[in-house]
Amino acid sequence: MRFFISVLLIALLSFTACLYLPWWVIAIVSFIVAVGIPVGAGKSFLAGFIAIFFLWLVMSFFISNANNHLLAHKVAILILKGDSPYLLMIVTGLIGGLVAGLGSLTGSLLRRNSS
Amino acid sequence: MRIVLSVLCAFVTAALIYVLNTKTILPAALGSFLSPQQGFWQNAEAADKNFSADLKFADLKGKASVYFDEKLIPHVFAEQETDAYFIQGYLHAKFRLWQMELQTLSAAGRASEVVGDIALNHDREFRRLGMVFAAENSLKEMEADPKIKSICDAYTKGVNAYINALTESTMPLEYKLIGYKPEQWSNFKTALFLKLMSNDLAGHDMDFESTNAQSYFTKADYNLLYPLLQDSLDPIIPKGTKYLPPTIKTVIPANADSVYFNNTKNALAVQENEKPDPANGSNNWAVSGSKTKNGAPILCNDPHLGLNLPSIWYEMQISVPGSNAYGATFPGSPAVIIGFNDSCAFGFTNGGRDVRDYYEIKFKDDSRKEYWFNNAWKPATFRIEEIKIAGKASFMDTVAYTIFGPVMYDKSFTGGRKTSNKNYAVTWSAHKASNDLKAFYLLDYAKNYTDYVEAVSNLKTPGQNCVFACKNGDIALRTQGEWPAKWKGQGDFVMPGTDSSYMWQGIIPQNEIPFQYNPVRAFVSSANQKPADSTYPYYLGKEYPVARGLLINKKLMAMQQITPQDMMAMQTDNYNIYAAELIPVFLKNVDVTVLNNAEIKYLNILRSWNSRNDADATGATVYDLWYKNFKTAVYDDEFAAAPQPIALPFESTLIEATLRDSAYKFFDDINTPQKETLKDIATASFKRAVVTLIKTEADGKLPWAKFKDTHISHLTKAEAFSRMHLPVGGGTNMINAVKEDHGPSWRMIVSLTATTEAYGVYPGGQSGNPGSRFYDNFIDQWVAGKYYPLWMMTAAEKTGSKVKWTMNFSN
Repeated sequence: MRFFISVLLIALLSFTACLYLPWWVIAIVSFIVAVGIPVGAGKSFLAGFIAIFFLWLVMSFFISNANNHLLAHKVAILILKGDSPYLLMIVTGLIGGLVAGLGSLTGSLLRRNSS
Repeated sequence: MRIVLSVLCAFVTAALIYVLNTKTILPAALGSFLSPQQGFWQNAEAADKNFSADLKFADLKGKASVYFDEKLIPHVFAEQETDAYFIQGYLHAKFRLWQMELQTLSAAGRASEVVGDIALNHDREFRRLGMVFAAENSLKEMEADPKIKSICDAYTKGVNAYINALTESTMPLEYKLIGYKPEQWSNFKTALFLKLMSNDLAGHDMDFESTNAQSYFTKADYNLLYPLLQDSLDPIIPKGTKYLPPTIKTVIPANADSVYFNNTKNALAVQENEKPDPANGSNNWAVSGSKTKNGAPILCNDPHLGLNLPSIWYEMQISVPGSNAYGATFPGSPAVIIGFNDSCAFGFTNGGRDVRDYYEIKFKDDSRKEYWFNNAWKPATFRIEEIKIAGKASFMDTVAYTIFGPVMYDKSFTGGRKTSNKNYAVTWSAHKASNDLKAFYLLDYAKNYTDYVEAVSNLKTPGQNCVFACKNGDIALRTQGEWPAKWKGQGDFVMPGTDSSYMWQGIIPQNEIPFQYNPVRAFVSSANQKPADSTYPYYLGKEYPVARGLLINKKLMAMQQITPQDMMAMQTDNYNIYAAELIPVFLKNVDVTVLNNAEIKYLNILRSWNSRNDADATGATVYDLWYKNFKTAVYDDEFAAAPQPIALPFESTLIEATLRDSAYKFFDDINTPQKETLKDIATASFKRAVVTLIKTEADGKLPWAKFKDTHISHLTKAEAFSRMHLPVGGGTNMINAVKEDHGPSWRMIVSLTATTEAYGVYPGGQSGNPGSRFYDNFIDQWVAGKYYPLWMMTAAEKTGSKVKWTMNFSN
């Protein structure tokens, strides 16, 4: 349950924070949530990772779908050297997930230390 | 222990963010670029995006509305004139900001700030050419004119209103990709943009190449290779026109024969780094009502420029009290540039005269502080150019200025070449103060011929052949520009810069500029050919293409009962006049007895070809390769040891020589003891062409469009944002001048009936955003040689079904 709440909170707070702040605020949000809700180091990484991986994946999918994937095709060719919009969405999710997961892990490690 | 791990983990996270947020390690800041809320996904414009908006800006004076049609073309209706230009600036920025800024950064020699030191040579050359100096001079003139200043101020405010409202999410894609931010627009940037056009159109010269050719060939050979007049020339102003005696009597320097025209000079070790494309030409013509089906004049224009995405043009209508203009606009400048209003239509082709000359400067010493001029040492002034470079320390360049202009090439800068200890100053008409924008502004308001003449008299550099047609039946064409009055041969070669005798001696007065107004032949036309024949009293230089002008005049002479559809067929005509003329000579001379079966096969393809470079024509490819190999075989032996840079003769020169003279002296290969003839060279070059043809056919590239491979590249050259391999015919020396990456950048046909009937298309789209469906949606129509009707909207139509989105502007 805590894990589930962590994932949800990270996703929700990250979405809101990113309306006003730079993208890397996802690491800080994940860090704070991990400090606030202890779930263990491994799970904590996973919570941050899953939250942002899916948030970014879903957001990019909906934006791109409304665009008929016109731009995703082009950018995939440009940076992935292959015409795959879906792979580009997965890469987007992975990068966001990794940063958030690490932020979360940092918070979790800090909390265990102080508790 | 855990605290250590936590700190370590924090450190790793921070490092990862740093890597993903900068270009230090990755080629792009992938974190910010891929972030769905800020990165490129935000530029993926929804297919059903609603462009309607209500916008408020304190700088506006009244109310205005912009109605977008289904092609995303804005129809601006403003109560106040300046509001219309504010909105034009706003819309240019909204749809084209990145290209506007990139072009002006490039014009100012500031490209290195964005792309790093790969652009340093470009930046140095542009600074040394005096692009900034030229823009500063013109800005003063523009801002001294209260009307032009007011529209430029409004335009600038409009651009900045858009820039200031940008967020990280709404930033154009290219800024996110390259990783920088737009700076504020200014009237100076508009001046810089116009100078960039001057460089594109009035920056082509052959002075270094010609001087080298002159130093290498005998006088007789030089004249044979680079003739002053082509046999086939049909000038813009027809032969036989009477000209006024010249009011400026140019004086040839006393020592010209021994110092300037002699061919024993040393070759020059300077090469321009970038040369404007000599194909920056165009077609325009207008026919009187007596030649048209409905009795109204028709005006046509297709400017040939480098083809890029986003396109150089942005289509729009601007309606204000006193003016209602529609047409192609330049993102970067106010006003409609090529188009029509409720009374008349106007268009341009490049004048192409040589208005850039070089002078060899003799400095007293390496300090460059003094130079020898009119028997005395004269002090030079200096301009210190700081070129900022992304990721590196600035490069400081000190440019000496003389009475002739900036010393562009010297010891420290020789363009694309090895070192040289010579100094060359450049005199360029674009350095002079001018208010060219006023020409376009006034044309948008022009009601009749008198207004047109007054408007275009403001056009100085780049000089243009300005075509005009009016609903009252008038047609006209003026070869407008600030043209230096030159003595015969002046500026063909690099000139001595040690005294005033080689300087330009005056500007050709307005009333001595060649023009036509309602001529008897009932049409006017220009296609960058020489403006007048040799009876015109001023020297016009060389290097004018002749083929398109010849073709256009021939057609227009014969055509009657013309409709706009006839004009569409004419603008997209792929007839290759040189192929039609040369192939019979080739076929007569090629020795079929020595050809094998494969060679005969290609010869038969050529025999059955109709001399039209249509997209699927295989004969066009056979001819093209044969001609190229023929040209190489004719000239390569003579040019093998020539100093560089040098230019090969014009296509028209070789073709005319071949048609005229089967014993043309350059047919002989000087490296063999025997004397080669046209027969030998035609046969040998055909055999060589077939070697390439076999390979081309194996690659599936025998059809002309596949062989030519036209593409329209994004300004970054990123293929993903470009349109490659377009199935389109046409080419050099055809009316439909579609080359590999260059060609008709806007095709327009205006029939001046009571309610204007106009058609147009450009190879691009209204949005500069690669993530928009409006980015390149006109290209297929352009490739197919089809047009869109141009809708001159009336205020009454604002509630009609053609309006898809509305933007309301108020203060």
